[in-house]
Amino acid sequence: MNLDTLPIGAIARISTIDWAAIPETEGHRLRSLGIDAGALVEPMHKGILFWRDPISVRVGRMTVALRRKVALAIQCEAAA
Amino acid sequence: MTEAVPLVALVGNPNAGKSALFNALTGARQKIANYPGVTVERKSGRASLADGRPVELIDLPGAYSLEPDSLDEAVTRDVVLGRLEGQRRPDALVVVLDAGNLDNHLRFALELIGQGLPVVVALNMVDLAKRDGLELDAALLSAELGVPVVETVAVRKRGLDALIGALGTALLSPATPNAAPVTDRKAIAQTAHTLARKAIISETQGRQWTRRLDSVLLHPVGGVVVLLALLFVMFQAVYAWSEAPIGWIESGFAFLTQTINSAIPDSLFRSFLTEGVIAGVGAVIVFLPLILILFLFILILEATGYMTRAAFVMDRAMAAVGLSGHSFIPLLSSFACAIPGIMATRTIMDQKERLATILIAPLMTCSARLPVYTLIIGAFIPAQSVGPGVGLQGLVLFALYIAGIIGAMLAAAVIQRFVTSSRGGSFLIEMPRYQMPRIGDIALGLWQRASVFLKRAGTIIFISTVILWVLLSFPKVPEGSGQSQVEYSVAGRIADGIEVIVAPVGFNHEIALSLIPAMAAREVAVAALATTYAIDATDEEAQASSLGVKLAGKWSLATALAFLAWFVFAPQCISTIAVTRRETNGWKWPIFMVSYLFALAYIAAGATYWTATAFGLG
Repeated sequence: MNLDTLPIGAIARISTIDWAAIPETEGHRLRSLGIDAGALVEPMHKGILFWRDPISVRVGRMTVALRRKVALAIQCEAAA
Repeated sequence: MTEAVPLVALVGNPNAGKSALFNALTGARQKIANYPGVTVERKSGRASLADGRPVELIDLPGAYSLEPDSLDEAVTRDVVLGRLEGQRRPDALVVVLDAGNLDNHLRFALELIGQGLPVVVALNMVDLAKRDGLELDAALLSAELGVPVVETVAVRKRGLDALIGALGTALLSPATPNAAPVTDRKAIAQTAHTLARKAIISETQGRQWTRRLDSVLLHPVGGVVVLLALLFVMFQAVYAWSEAPIGWIESGFAFLTQTINSAIPDSLFRSFLTEGVIAGVGAVIVFLPLILILFLFILILEATGYMTRAAFVMDRAMAAVGLSGHSFIPLLSSFACAIPGIMATRTIMDQKERLATILIAPLMTCSARLPVYTLIIGAFIPAQSVGPGVGLQGLVLFALYIAGIIGAMLAAAVIQRFVTSSRGGSFLIEMPRYQMPRIGDIALGLWQRASVFLKRAGTIIFISTVILWVLLSFPKVPEGSGQSQVEYSVAGRIADGIEVIVAPVGFNHEIALSLIPAMAAREVAVAALATTYAIDATDEEAQASSLGVKLAGKWSLATALAFLAWFVFAPQCISTIAVTRRETNGWKWPIFMVSYLFALAYIAAGATYWTATAFGLG
């Protein structure tokens, strides 16, 4: 399961992130925003009109908007 | 020891309420300049410590860490580390944290505290955190961090005295040499997380305004409807509200001209004052209300936290041409003026996307084009209705806006594909909680925009109108020669050269002449046409008849339409070119921008003229 397939409202823990699939500056910004292995995430909104892009995700007490392309590289597991 | 005023830097994550705190501490007495050698804005101001000693405060650009992703963040790092040449290292830091987002903001705080400078932490926006059901223990946080922690609500001016008090004490303690700053991001993240958990006294669900508003404003369909409605209202208001103040400014300048005319006898000096300075600078200052109203909306949308939602809604559409939601805000600002728009691109992380956004920003219909559009539409397009509530004149104006937007989108697609070879930009942004904007902060922001604009009107535009007046007034036509002053002047002779180039697209000599001063700013084209035709007028009746009527008598419809098409694309604004040079660090991109836009303008004007002529409108 990755962040893109994780349904809205489901809380999961990030298991791994495929950093190679994400441009370096974006990867750095992701980490700056606290999106890293071990963080709890919850998709809030997905897409505009008929696109499924971008998505907004709750991380801690903060909401972050990102694109599907990045979400696909973020692997999640059920939060223990 | 020197008696220099201690320097204190405010530093923190974006959305920590840092600027509001800075405003609250320094009031309106702020100086805005650039950091030496870079184009990042440096905001500074004075505050007084409890014992009356002054301190100088600087508001550093928001950053996530001392490892920069953007130009802004690099400046923050360099100032904090004392590495920026020409900028002394701060004597102390005020680290601003969003109380509602400790987990995240503590990481940067830990990194900053590790640098060894005296630090005071401002635990800001505690009211919002409380609203969201979060209760924090500042004393415990202070003990764990080893630095004073003061609860503040910058927008309500709460906690400022305590913050100033703590700062006074902190400034007495010397900077401890940097022992061993923690650089392992995993370790820092772990510490931040543990600390944030410890500091929480109670956490309930709270009222969750942000979540509820987002369910409407980020709705796949509703969000789009709201954004479009908002933009519609905004543009309506911009033009409706600015009408009256523009009238006042115009009458003010008319009064000034009259006063000068009756006070000073007819002379070269009087002509210089009225036809040169007042006509030229006045033609630009008239747009101040328009620009301010548009910025009022933009500042409010930013302060409430809606702007990032607008970026979210627009992201996918912008992605179609290789841009992203990040480009939306700069492009929106460009409808007022491309200069603040181009400067707003600094927040775009992806450098290729930033460049593409800068290059297309001048295609957004800025307020300077309006007087040109209004003049020509009023003179040539009949005020007839083409449907219920839809006038032909309004429709043409709308079409010009759309032409600019479509032109920009096509240009972006081509630039991203063939010039920057971008892989399509990126969109990654923190969405702040919604917040009521504080009137004082908005007013201060507007005042800063206004002074930047007036400074520009007072310098670049003043100088260029003076130069134009000189070019138009000299050499003096010999008396009785029968030639007109305009044709005989230096400008008239330069226009002869331009006319050769633009004649194929239907432009006459007067248009060629007006294009020269319009390089200073587009709206000057109107003033230049007025000057040209007014100086040329032989009798009073002709002088009195309005410029529009005059144009309608002298230009064909095909020429008028071609003139409009030209102004949709032509990069006629020296300030924009200058700011592009500054923001891209060289002449390569401004030259590229000017070339492709002039080429587009020429093709568009030509296509319009030839088509119109073919339909018998020539």
